[in-house]
Amino acid sequence: MILTNLKPTKEKINTFLPLGSIFVIFAFLDVLTNTFLNQNITGFLPQTLSYIAPLLLGYIGFYLIRIEFSGIKFLDKLNKNINSSNFNAFLTLLILFIIIKAISPLMNWLILEANFAGSSKDDCTGNGACWVFIKVWFNRLMYGLYPDVEQWRVNSAFILLFALVGIAFFVPQKIKKYFIIFLLFVYPFIGIKLLSGGSFGLVYVETAAWGGLSLTFIISAFAILFCFPIGVFLALGRRSSLPAIRYISIGFIELWRGVPLITVLFMAAVMFPMFLPDGTFIDKLIRVLIAITLFEAAYMAEVVRGGLQALPKGQYEAAKSLGMGYWRMNVLIILPQALKLVIPGIANTLLALVKDTPLIFVVGLMELAGMIGLAKTNPKWLGMAMEGYVFAGLVFWIICYAMSRYSQNLEKKLSTER
Amino acid sequence: MNLKKINIENKKIRDLIPQVLTVLALISVIFYFATNAQINMGNRGISFGFGFLSQEASFDIAFSLIEFDGSYSYGRAFLVGLLNTILVSIIGIFLATILGVIVGVARLSNNYLIAKTAEWYVEIFRNIPLILQIFFWYFAALRALPAPENAINFYDISFLTIKGWYIPKFVWINFDIFCYSLILAFISIYFLNRYAKKQREEYGKILPTFTLSLGILISIPLLSFLLLGVSLSFNYPELKQLSETSYTYEKGVSIIPELIALALALSMYTATFIAENVRAGVIGVGKGQKEAAASIGLNKGQILKLVVMPQALRIIIPPTTNQYLNLTKNSSLAAAIAYPDMVLVFAKTALMQTGRAIEIISITMLTYLSLSISISILMNWYNKKMAIKEK
Repeated sequence: MILTNLKPTKEKINTFLPLGSIFVIFAFLDVLTNTFLNQNITGFLPQTLSYIAPLLLGYIGFYLIRIEFSGIKFLDKLNKNINSSNFNAFLTLLILFIIIKAISPLMNWLILEANFAGSSKDDCTGNGACWVFIKVWFNRLMYGLYPDVEQWRVNSAFILLFALVGIAFFVPQKIKKYFIIFLLFVYPFIGIKLLSGGSFGLVYVETAAWGGLSLTFIISAFAILFCFPIGVFLALGRRSSLPAIRYISIGFIELWRGVPLITVLFMAAVMFPMFLPDGTFIDKLIRVLIAITLFEAAYMAEVVRGGLQALPKGQYEAAKSLGMGYWRMNVLIILPQALKLVIPGIANTLLALVKDTPLIFVVGLMELAGMIGLAKTNPKWLGMAMEGYVFAGLVFWIICYAMSRYSQNLEKKLSTER
Repeated sequence: MNLKKINIENKKIRDLIPQVLTVLALISVIFYFATNAQINMGNRGISFGFGFLSQEASFDIAFSLIEFDGSYSYGRAFLVGLLNTILVSIIGIFLATILGVIVGVARLSNNYLIAKTAEWYVEIFRNIPLILQIFFWYFAALRALPAPENAINFYDISFLTIKGWYIPKFVWINFDIFCYSLILAFISIYFLNRYAKKQREEYGKILPTFTLSLGILISIPLLSFLLLGVSLSFNYPELKQLSETSYTYEKGVSIIPELIALALALSMYTATFIAENVRAGVIGVGKGQKEAAASIGLNKGQILKLVVMPQALRIIIPPTTNQYLNLTKNSSLAAAIAYPDMVLVFAKTALMQTGRAIEIISITMLTYLSLSISISILMNWYNKKMAIKEK
């Protein structure tokens, strides 16, 4: 009888709701004062009991306010979303308390006790992060060992790229074609010339000095540009009816997909020079770029093949019955549809490519992660690994998260047409 | 008639030309590279061959599962690296699966907070390059651990320090008998299940297979302890002073921080992808399936075991195996933090000492390649077996 009386129902809402709310509020009050004011309001209890008191109180409180069809909109929503069963209530409390407990030291380290002003490690007092490290090294982290006075060249190369891409979005369809051709075939050479210099009155900057985040962008941009067409050709090759071409494509794709990128990079850096005639020298950056491009092209090929396979056979037959040849059929009918089907896959491959770029440090090229490795071993800045990697992680996270969001939007936008 | 024949021949020739051209191009590129390599190696006074594998390696490896020191051969060093790669992959796969399944199920929770937390876990760890995560754990998080004398103490059994994690060492007597008893237990469980299936299908009797299997799994090894002289004791790690300020633990097993960092980063990163697979798999099972199962009178546990899981697993397993493969390949990032895996031991240290770039890189790549291909063959076989058999 007592048990049925204790079950919260709508009839007794006037007793249960205030009682339960008091329990819940008290539980949160306990945790909040504990973390932010260093006051333990349940200190009179034994230590273990005091420790789990908020969990216990909150649990009882959540049980008491779990009234089905109470008629109060807020309460119903609360119960449905975070308090639908005993187990859920427990997890909810656990997660909320962990977040409250974690937020205070995290904020202290990140902002409140962190140091922003200064120019050397000695300016970093207190227990927080030393963002001075990032501030002092910022230039290096972005441009690597590129000479300071020449950095406008890196900036202008990227500004030009973004401007061209931006304009290409808005110009009328007729001129767009030429813009894209210019972007794909002319701009890369302008960009390289601008970065490396050596003529037109620009000082020569060797590729070993390129680095930092800008190198990440350079490698990603070139690899994306070239891995896409190669991947499409490989995918077509794999589905070709000509056995020699099919087997060569399969072998090529599976070879690259079966090995880790790090061994491919080693191959490009150490083994590949052995295959060239004595005396010829290909720049390390170019070797690494080719390796990354071929590696990602194999993954791209598999994604595109997925799209080709998903296309109904009727599309091929219709194109052929119109008298189209192999290339016209693929370029005009098959590929536009197949590529649209696999946009998420393509975006994921490009995302993987961007995430793979930090790996190039194993062959001695210093992009963002590599530069942080260099900076943290500087005798004046020892012990700054945490700040450095948190910063690098944040930068990469923003880039990758933005990319994945963009691809999701693109997918939604294009899927409406079908 | 004649015209048609010519047309077919024409098509044959049309098909032949590009193939012949591609093959010729490929052969000439390979030939070009091979001649260059031969000339280059001749200039350096080395000849192509794998004889160096039996030469003395004369370097030490910090962490090895089998006995190794400088007097062993390069071939042995390769084996040490391979075993270390396999070790970290197995640990990573184990942890990633557990974490991935938990997060994947949490993303489907009807509790808003849990679903959101799981979603943010996935969004955060999936979008940070793996190498940065490894660096973070190794250079930042694990370096913040205390020195051995102030170790984080887990009930005096194991100790977490900046030098690694010390756990008790298992000391077995008659370990082989214990292994035989385990094998025996598994065989009897297999026959029990076959018997139970027969009983269920022919007589409609349902045996408590799970409880019985668990009983067998515990009782047979236990009998081997009691009757056949198998015994197990632990060597607990003990603090030992090396000099005035330097301490270490001995007697236990030391798990080096490189391994911890690598396993943590690999499993947390891969778990995000596995979580997405699990989510897709569970969503992929239609609601009608569950309703149909409920309407023929199956209870909740039976619905999960007999209807939802078999269908969800069919969606989950192929991409998840792919992730396992990725994890194994990603374990090669060990080279960045000096965990002695195959790439570091063989493709870096051994290559530097011998200068045999072509042989060593080829062996390393071929090892990974054969691993990938064997797993994908296994996968294709599994897919064929699991594919819906349409009548």
